[in-house]
Amino acid sequence: MNSMIYKKKSPLLFFLLPAFLFLVVYLYYPFIQNIINSFQAISGLGTRATGLNQPWYANYVELWNDPSMRTAVKNTLLLVLCTLVFQVGTALVLALIVDRIKVGAKFFRTLYFFPIVISATALGLLFNLIFLYNGGMLNQLLQNLGWASANIDWKGEKHYFFTMLLPILWQYVGFYFVILVTGLNNISTDVYEAAELDGATGWKRVRYITLPLLRNVICTCLVLAVTGALKVFDLPWVMMGAGIPLDQSWLTGTYMYNQTFTRGNVDYGSAIAVVIVVLGVLLAQIANRVFKEKEY
Amino acid sequence: MKRNSAIKKRVPLSQTVSYAVLIFWALTTVYPFFWVIINSFRVRGEIRSDSFSIPWPWTGSFTFDNYVTANDRSDFAAGYTNSILISVVVTLVVVLLAGLFAYGMVRYRFRGQRFLHGMIIAAMMFPVFSTIIPVFRMEVMMGIASTQNRWLSLLSTILPQIAGNLAFAIVVLMGFIRSVPIDLEEAAYLDGCNVFQIYFKIIIPVAKPSFATVAIFSFLWSYNDLFTQTFFLRYPKEKTITLLINEISSQAGVNYGLMAASVVLVVVPVLVVYVLLQKNIIKGLTVGAVKG
Repeated sequence: MNSMIYKKKSPLLFFLLPAFLFLVVYLYYPFIQNIINSFQAISGLGTRATGLNQPWYANYVELWNDPSMRTAVKNTLLLVLCTLVFQVGTALVLALIVDRIKVGAKFFRTLYFFPIVISATALGLLFNLIFLYNGGMLNQLLQNLGWASANIDWKGEKHYFFTMLLPILWQYVGFYFVILVTGLNNISTDVYEAAELDGATGWKRVRYITLPLLRNVICTCLVLAVTGALKVFDLPWVMMGAGIPLDQSWLTGTYMYNQTFTRGNVDYGSAIAVVIVVLGVLLAQIANRVFKEKEY
Repeated sequence: MKRNSAIKKRVPLSQTVSYAVLIFWALTTVYPFFWVIINSFRVRGEIRSDSFSIPWPWTGSFTFDNYVTANDRSDFAAGYTNSILISVVVTLVVVLLAGLFAYGMVRYRFRGQRFLHGMIIAAMMFPVFSTIIPVFRMEVMMGIASTQNRWLSLLSTILPQIAGNLAFAIVVLMGFIRSVPIDLEEAAYLDGCNVFQIYFKIIIPVAKPSFATVAIFSFLWSYNDLFTQTFFLRYPKEKTITLLINEISSQAGVNYGLMAASVVLVVVPVLVVYVLLQKNIIKGLTVGAVKG
C-alpha cells in the first residue's frame, strides 16, 4: 500500500493522535497507576495515597493468605475450563448440525445470537427468577414433571456453582456458534465431493474432513473463550452478590469489586486487579500456545 | 450440481433429529424471555404457583400493576434519557476516533507502526477492573466525578466507556478499511482531493455498513455496561435504566412480578434494536472477533 497519496506523513497525526491520546489518558496511564496503587496505602476511592504499604508488597502477602482470593482464583480457572468444554463444545455441535439442514439456518442463527445483546444485568435478574427457591421457574417445572418432590435450593452449598455457571455458558454459545458456522461455510463443497468419492461419509466425514479444516476457527473460539471467561462480572455479581453461599462463589472480578467498593480496601482491590491481569496474560499465552493456528 | 444434491440426501443423521436438537436450543434462548414477559403481566402471588400459563387479558390473572409500581418507584423517563444520552455520545465519539485511527493505520506506513498495533491489541485485553480505580481518582481531581452535577456525572461515565470501546472498534474497522480497494482513493487523488477529503468522501461512504456495525455494538455495550455505570453514577437523577432496574429488583423482595416487569423494561429497547438490525450486529461482532 505504497500509494503516492500516503507518502506525505503530516496528516497522520490528525488521524492517530485523538484516539491514541484517549487510550493513553484512560487506559495505559490508569493501568500503570493501578500497579503502583497496589503497593500503596489508600484510604478512599477518590483520595490520594498516603504512602507506601509496610512492607511495600503487603497486599500481595495478604492475597496469598486470603482464603476468599484462593476460592476466587479456583472458581475463575474452573469457569475457564467449563467455558472451553461446554460453551465452545455446544456451539460446535450445534454448528455441525445446522450445517446439515436445508432450510432455517439463518433463523436459528438469529435466535441463538439473541442473548448476547441483552445486558447481563437483565439476564442476572431473569435467572434469579428462574432459580428462585420458592416457586422459581425451574423448581415449578421439575415439580410439575414430577422429577422433584421438594424445592431445590439452587444457590445453596450443593448447586451454587452450577447456578452461577449455567447462565454464563448459555449466553455466549450463540457467539461461537456464529463464528463456527461462518467457518463451516468457507469449506468448499469440492472437498466434500472428493471425500465422498473416497468413501468418507457421516461421522468419518466430520472427523477427517470437517474438523481438521475447521481447526483454526475452533482455535480462535477457544482463545476468545479463555479471555472472555476472565472478564465475566455482571452476571455473577447480580446473581451471587456477596459470594453466597459463605464466600464460596467468588470470581476474581466480583471479589475485586467487593473489596474495593463494599469494604473500601482500595489498594487491596488494585492488587487483585493486577492478579487478574497477570492471570489473563498467562492464560492467553497458554491458550495461544496450545491452540496454535496452523497454516495449510 | 447433481452430485452435490446426492451427497446431501445421504446424510446419516436424519433431518428430524437435527431439527429437534436445534429447536431445543432455540427454546432455551427464547422461552426464558417469553416466560418473563408473560409473568410481568400476572397478578401478584400467582407467579409462584402457576407461572407457565398465559395470563390472557380477559382472565383475572392479567394486570398492569407491576409496571405501575415500577413507574412509581423510579423515574424511568430520566433513566432512559440518561442511558440513551450516554450511549449515543459514546457511539459517536468511538466511531469518529476509531475510524480516523484505523484509516491512518491501514493506509500509512510509518516507524513504530507494529508497536502501536501491539498496543491496540493489548488495550483490547485490559479488563475494566484494572483501570477503573485510577480513572475514578483522576476524574475526581479533574472535577468531573462525584460532583452531584448530572451532566458532569454522565460525562464521567462517557469518557471511560469511550476508551473501553475504542480498541475493539479500531481492530474491526481496520479489517474493513483494508478491504476497500485503493484504486478509488487514487482516482480521487488525481481529481485533486486531499487525504481528509478522501477519508470523508470515499472511505466513510464505502465502508458505511462496517461503521454502522461498530456503531451498533458500541451502543449496545455502553447501554448494557453495569460496571462503569455503578462506579460513576451514584445520585438518583443521574441513574441509567440499567442501574434503576438493578436497584428496583434488589428492593423488590418477594414481589416477583415487579422483578419480571423490570427485566422487560430493560430488554425491550434492545430487543427492538436487535430485530431491526440483527444482520449488522451478528456480522460485526463476529468479524471483529475473528480478525482480532
